[in-house]
Amino acid sequence: MEKKPKPKICKENVPMPKQKIEERIHNFNEVALGYTEEQAVDEAKRCLQCPQPKCIEGCPVEIDIPAFVKLISERKFDEAIKEVKEKNSLPAICGRVCPQEEQCQQQCIMGKAGAPVSIGKLERFAADYEMQKSVETPTRQPLTGKKVAVIGAGPAGLTVAADLAKLGHEVVIFEALHKPGGVLVYGIPEFRLPKKIVAAEASYVGKLGVTIKPNTLIGRLFTIPELFRKGFDAVFIGTGAGLSRFLRLPGENLGGIYSANEFLIRVNLMKAYAFPEYDTPIRLGKRVAVIGAGNTAMDSARSALRLGAEEVYVVYRRSRKEMPARAEEIENAEEEGIIFNLLTNPTRFFGDEKGWVKQMECIKMQLGEPDASGRRRPVPIEGSEFLMDVDTVIIAVGRTPNPIIQRTTEGLDTTKWDTISVDEATGKTSLEGVYAGGDIVTGQATVISAMGAGKKASRAIHEYLANRK
Amino acid sequence: MYKIVAMQTLTPQTKLSKIYAPEIAEKAQTGQFVILIVDEKGERIPLTLVDWEPGNGTITLIFQEVGVSTKKFGSLDVNEELSDVVGPLGNPSHIKNYGTVVIVGGGVGTAPCLPIAKAFKEAGNKVISIIGARNEKLLILEEEMRHICDEVYITTDDGSKGYKGFGCDMLKILIEKGYSIDTVYAIGPTVMMRAVAEVTRPYKIKTIVSLNPIMVDGMGMCGVCRVSVGGKVRFACFDGPEFDGHLVDFNELIKRQRAFLAEEKLALEHWEKCRGNYNGKEA
Repeated sequence: MEKKPKPKICKENVPMPKQKIEERIHNFNEVALGYTEEQAVDEAKRCLQCPQPKCIEGCPVEIDIPAFVKLISERKFDEAIKEVKEKNSLPAICGRVCPQEEQCQQQCIMGKAGAPVSIGKLERFAADYEMQKSVETPTRQPLTGKKVAVIGAGPAGLTVAADLAKLGHEVVIFEALHKPGGVLVYGIPEFRLPKKIVAAEASYVGKLGVTIKPNTLIGRLFTIPELFRKGFDAVFIGTGAGLSRFLRLPGENLGGIYSANEFLIRVNLMKAYAFPEYDTPIRLGKRVAVIGAGNTAMDSARSALRLGAEEVYVVYRRSRKEMPARAEEIENAEEEGIIFNLLTNPTRFFGDEKGWVKQMECIKMQLGEPDASGRRRPVPIEGSEFLMDVDTVIIAVGRTPNPIIQRTTEGLDTTKWDTISVDEATGKTSLEGVYAGGDIVTGQATVISAMGAGKKASRAIHEYLANRK
Repeated sequence: MYKIVAMQTLTPQTKLSKIYAPEIAEKAQTGQFVILIVDEKGERIPLTLVDWEPGNGTITLIFQEVGVSTKKFGSLDVNEELSDVVGPLGNPSHIKNYGTVVIVGGGVGTAPCLPIAKAFKEAGNKVISIIGARNEKLLILEEEMRHICDEVYITTDDGSKGYKGFGCDMLKILIEKGYSIDTVYAIGPTVMMRAVAEVTRPYKIKTIVSLNPIMVDGMGMCGVCRVSVGGKVRFACFDGPEFDGHLVDFNELIKRQRAFLAEEKLALEHWEKCRGNYNGKEA
C-alpha cells in the first residue's frame, strides 16, 4: 500500500519586509512593505488545511481562511481575494490593522509547534494584489426598495453598509467629517495604514451602491426621528468612540499638551506632517512624552519621532506585560528608539512664562492586587515623585463614546459609560428599527470587533426589513 | 462641494460671503457655527453664522482675512466652490425676553452679534448695541444694527467715529448713566470679552460671551478648544460656544489661542510665495 507523503512542515513564517529603521523614522511611508507573490505563496503553503479549522472561529467577520490561503498557495490570487470579500469588504485595512495574533492566528494549529500562519499578511497581500490591477465590483441582489441610514463611515458603518447594499437595500452613510473612514483616517497613521488604502476601500463600498454623504453631523443637522421621516426604514449607529479623555491633572491646559486625538487628527486627517504645503500646523518640541501604552500611544510616539522629536518617551503606569498595544507595534516603536518609562504616572505639569509646558512631575508606581480588568493595580510609591523635562505631552489614555446622538435621541437607552445599550446578538437598540455597533456600544475597542458587530447588525437589519412589509 | 454665491468686501480686512448650503440654512439657529475647508489642503475654519436663508438655501459668513486659510477663502470668487462645509455646530443661544439686552461687538465679532440682536428684538427685548473697531474704516454692519436695535453706539480706538475708546468703556458709561441692563452679550477679541466681563462683574449683570478658541474637528473630538469655565474643563465646540463670561478663565484662553502663532505666520508666507510664483508663471 502506498503511503501518503507527509506534508513538510515549516515552523518559521516568511517575514514581511519592512522599511529600514534609519530611513523610516524620517518619513510617513508605510513601514511594512507587503509580501511579494513568491513570499505569499511560500507562507500560504505552510497552512495545514485542517479539516476542522480553528482559525475561522477566531475571525469576527467569519472569513473562510483556509479556502483563501489555499487559493494563494495555488497562485489563484483573483479567486483568493474574491473568497475574502465574500465576508469582508475592507481586506486591505484588516490585513494591516487587525490584531490577528489574538484572533485567527491565535487559533492556528501551526502556532503550537512554531509560528502560526501569517493570515493577516496574506489577507493584505490578496487585497493589495487586486488593488494594483482593478477592483471587481460584485453584482448586487435585486433592489428591495428599502432604505437604510448608517451614521458614521468608520469600520462598523462601512461594514453594515456594504453588507446591506449587497443584499439590495439602498444605503446612505452620513459621515460627520469630510472624509470617510472614521478612526481609519483620523486615528491610525499613514505609516501603518496609508490613507489611499482607506480611500480605495471606502470607494469600493461606494461601488456596491452605497452613498457616502460627508460633512453631515447627525444629531445637529438631522435627528434620528427625522431620518425616519425622510423615508429611511432602519438606522444603524456606528458613531464610534472619538472623544478625547484627559487626565484632569493640574496644568493640563498648558500649550504643548495635546490629546492623542488632536495630535493624530492634525497629523493624519489634516496631514500636518506635510505642513506648510498643507495648511494645518502641528508644533512639536524636542522632548515628547506620550502618556498611555495602547496602540494610539504607539501611533502618537512614532508619529512624533517622524516629525523630528529628538527623544520620545512612552510613560505608562503599569508594567510592560500590561501594555495594551499590539506586540508588533511595541516592537516597531522600540526598534525606532522610543523610550519606555514604565510604572510611572504623571501627577502635574509645569509651564514657562508663555504658558507652554516645560516639565512634568511623575510618581513611580508598583503593582498591587489585580483589579476589575484582571490586571494588577498600579499603586503609587509614596515620596517617589520626580521631574521630567518635556516640551510636548500627548495624552493617549483612551477615547470615550461620541455623545451627540445619545443626547439628541429620545428613548434611546444608554449605559452609565454613555455607550448605547443593545442586544448583543443583533445590535438592536431600545428604539424600533434602530441598531448600533462598534465602539459606540463597547467603548474603545478594535477595528475588527466593530466590523464584527456591523456584520451581526446587518444580518439583523436585513431580517427586520424582510419581516416589515 | 459648496458654491459661493456672493463675495463682498466690507472693509480692507473683512469680507462677507454667501454659500449655497441648503441643509444647513434649513437647520441653523442663532449662535451656532459652521466649519469650512477651502480646498484639499485646507484647514478646518470655524465661523459663526451671521445669517441663513432657508428659502434660497444660503448661509452668510463674515470673516477677517488674517491667516492663510481666511486669505484663501477671501481670494475665491462667486461661482467658485469650497470643498467642505459642515454644520450647524455648537449650541444655539438661549433667546428669551430678559428685558434690556446690551450687545457689545468688537471688530469682526460684530458679525455674529447681528443674528443675536435680531433674535432678542423678536423675543421682545429692548436691544442696545455697542459696536466697535480700531477705526472708522474697519467698522462693519452699522446700518444693519441700526435697523434692528433700539439704540446703537459706535466706538473706535482712534476716535475717527463715535466714542473714542473701547466697547467696554461705552458699556460702563451706560451702566453709570443708570441704564437698567438685564443681560450683556459680548463677542469679539478675547481681551475685549474679558474687559466687558470685568465691567459687568461688580454690577452682577449676566454676561454671555461667545468664545473662539482654536478648533480642529469642532465636534467634541480633539479637545483643543478646551476652556476652564468655573474651574471645570469645557469644550467650546460641544459645550459652547457661549459661556457665562464671569466664569471663563480668559487668561488661559488667550495663551491657548497663541499656540500656533509662529506656524500661522510660516503658512501665510509659504502661501504668498507659492501664489506669487504661480501668478508669475501665468503672466
